[in-house]
Amino acid sequence: MSKKILQIVESAYRATIEEQDDTVVWFTHAIKGGGADVAVLLRGHAVNYAVKGQDASGIAFGERKQTQPPDLAGDLARLIAKGVEVHVVEEDLAAHGLVTAELIDGLKPLKQSGIPELLGRHDLIWHW
Amino acid sequence: MATKKTLAFLLMDAPYESARTTTAFRLIDAAVRRGHDVSVFSYEGAVALSFAKQAPHPNAVHGRDVAQEDHPNPKDWIGALAAQADRSGGKLTWINCGLCVDERGVGEVVPGVGRGSPVDFWKSAEAADNTLVIPTKG
Repeated sequence: MSKKILQIVESAYRATIEEQDDTVVWFTHAIKGGGADVAVLLRGHAVNYAVKGQDASGIAFGERKQTQPPDLAGDLARLIAKGVEVHVVEEDLAAHGLVTAELIDGLKPLKQSGIPELLGRHDLIWHW
Repeated sequence: MATKKTLAFLLMDAPYESARTTTAFRLIDAAVRRGHDVSVFSYEGAVALSFAKQAPHPNAVHGRDVAQEDHPNPKDWIGALAAQADRSGGKLTWINCGLCVDERGVGEVVPGVGRGSPVDFWKSAEAADNTLVIPTKG
């Protein structure tokens, strides 16, 4: 049986314009495709990834335009659609002034006090 | 050595940017000296650690020419770690994220370094006794 992996995403918006995605969310898609049993925990500034309606389009340097800007909320939604649990820390949502109506569907809100139990349900914790 | 272990590491920082890289190399060195098998997956900027065209330089501030400065490039340390693993009866496997290599143009790598995908790291983690991800922070 595969080890259960928890990807904790905390460093947010790290080169997302250059990469056209978040590299950890992308990594999670890749290993899920390979058969990994993986879940995600968004905490800190990374809770903002779950906000609908983000629009990073329009950047251009000289005549070179970026035509495929990052779609972080969409990438998370596609993870959820693949069966990946995406947890999000409630206190961090509140600290960023975010309410449920602004977020994508299918998230699993989690109180800070619930993190130890979540960690305990996974074999490998990768904290990015 | 009482028990041979298998350890999986993921590195993410580009060379010459963070003390995390030195710390990671210390950990890998300690493991291979004990004969453990180590697999490393280089992700994002860390793929440049094995870039073959790294070159040592003189350092006028130090008042030393290139030979005197004797500045080890990380590609040389990777080779040295692999040689140490061989001497100690272990194995060092080093895989670069292929797409990360392509977007940085650092495909010319030192001997022994391979190319793969996150799935390779996941498989290493599945097979390892323990795993450590050392990401870029900030």
